[in-house]
Amino acid sequence: MSRINKNYIVRAKNLTKRFGDFTAVNQINFEVEPGEIFGFLGANGAGKTTAMRMLTGLLKATDGDAHVAGHSINGSPEKVKYSIGYMSQKFSLYDDLKVYENIRLYGGIYGLTGKQIRSKIEDILEELNMTALRNKLVRDLPLGWKQKLAFSVALVHDPAVVFLDEPTSGVDPITRRSFWELIYRAARRGVTVFVTTHYLDEAEYCDRVSIMVNGVIEALDTPQKLKEKYHARSMHEVFVHLARKEQ
Amino acid sequence: MKVLLSLIKKEFYHIIRDKRSLLILVGMPIVQVVLFGFAISNEIHEAPIAVVAPNKSQKVLRLLERIEVSSYFHIVRFLESGGQLDEVFKEGEIKLVLLIDKDFSRDLGQRKTAKLQVIADATDPNTATTLTGYIEAITNRFAREGFSPLPVGKQMPPLIDINVKMQYNPSLRSVFLFVPGIITVILLLISAMMISITLAREKEKGNMEILLVSPLNPVVIVLGKVLPYVILALVNGWSILLLGVWLFGVPIRGDLVLIFGEMLLFVLTALSLGLFISTKVQTQQAALMISLIGLMLPTIILSGFIFPIESMPLPLQFISHLIPAKWFLIILRAIMLKGATLHYVVKETIILGIICLVLLGLAVKNFKTRLE
Repeated sequence: MSRINKNYIVRAKNLTKRFGDFTAVNQINFEVEPGEIFGFLGANGAGKTTAMRMLTGLLKATDGDAHVAGHSINGSPEKVKYSIGYMSQKFSLYDDLKVYENIRLYGGIYGLTGKQIRSKIEDILEELNMTALRNKLVRDLPLGWKQKLAFSVALVHDPAVVFLDEPTSGVDPITRRSFWELIYRAARRGVTVFVTTHYLDEAEYCDRVSIMVNGVIEALDTPQKLKEKYHARSMHEVFVHLARKEQ
Repeated sequence: MKVLLSLIKKEFYHIIRDKRSLLILVGMPIVQVVLFGFAISNEIHEAPIAVVAPNKSQKVLRLLERIEVSSYFHIVRFLESGGQLDEVFKEGEIKLVLLIDKDFSRDLGQRKTAKLQVIADATDPNTATTLTGYIEAITNRFAREGFSPLPVGKQMPPLIDINVKMQYNPSLRSVFLFVPGIITVILLLISAMMISITLAREKEKGNMEILLVSPLNPVVIVLGKVLPYVILALVNGWSILLLGVWLFGVPIRGDLVLIFGEMLLFVLTALSLGLFISTKVQTQQAALMISLIGLMLPTIILSGFIFPIESMPLPLQFISHLIPAKWFLIILRAIMLKGATLHYVVKETIILGIICLVLLGLAVKNFKTRLE
């Protein structure tokens, strides 16, 4: 097990995606450590979703490579898939399946045994305080609960990394806070969390933050250091400073 | 395999919990069979007619009796003269008026040409043609055999004796024609329309992304979506077939295994269409509209299900060649009604097979590019 990326759970090297003439992601490089909460910020169209789609195997990289959980996204994408969880911004559970049926389905998709699935269902319901709701259809749950459930389901196979694509869009600040508590709990268990968001207050919760502008990573550091570097009081000011510079 | 089963199970939950799809799957076939079997019918039965007969001689009465007992017609009125014709047709009940010449009996007795005029309401040309055809047949037979001035044995043999037999469907029941048509439409509805909608839904709701991020092979994902509908389509197809046999006595003269095989081929063609549509649309609404307008409508109109292809203008006839349902309909009718073996439908089967392969190729190609 002597891998160069031993200390990094995600490592992108000159990762590039071009659509025709347009370069959406331009030779980005970064590393994420195990157990880290890594914020991936950028304005709409900055390329963060494209980058994430390459890391999760939804898009093929035009150039460069990335290693996720020790496997190359170009060389062994299938192995990458077993090591990652993914929660999309379009909320991704099945509305017309019951709470426990959703958990069972995704457990089955990731190849868990029947016994593992049964104990996972209990664990998740207990962690989310949803034991009474196990037989409810997901469409009858409030949005905040659905998002929490979607997050837990993305972790059903205990992946090393979980990718969250704007997981909290559309919910109130209090619900967002409790969602972030789930994220912290997962990180404490050693799961690496790779999260994109539009809410800059959420950027403050991350261990490290990268800010993408026009397909390149313009800044990457802890929120504290970024604020010092740009003489800003909040991440919001940092973000506006960087985004405006480009215009 | 286990994963595939859980995907299929999930798909059945979707179907059962969605009232709309359940209605299409269960309600549609029953409604169609009943509608086409009972209500919509090309057959003429007890059509109301009127008669103008200034001279009600015995011969005239015998002719009218013949017409009345035929069960095709029912004489509801006797008119004074042909002048009332327009008025009678405008009232709408009477579809045909028979004017019998006042010298009808005399001419017939003297072996001269007896005169009879038939006037039909041609606002519905199909019915008018059928009705006049029946009247002609009845009166011809009456003239030939029913009324003969000469004693038996000394009759003049007719110069040409036409003997018409309606092969395969002697009583001309249109339900024989409609049952294969309904099967075709239902198979297409489930395999193409439902599959395109359910795949579009998976895309619209973002579930497809999650499935694609998972270690599942895309082939398994598609199979898990498609297989439940294939099963349902086949179950539905056979249910209609059985309904047709039990309710209407539709014959199945050919080989059941052959029917099954051809059904499978058509279902495969239809689901390729469904897959293809789903790769081109983003929402369920779009999938539904394209399936309805681009698929169901041309199929119902141009496949020969209701309107005979032979009577279409040439450009439409050409387009009908591209409609898979047309070929399947020819095959199914031949096997069911004529008892045709593969040998007789091999040309149509090959054409259907080629269409199937082309569509499947297109669908797979498009599906792949979308994944890139």
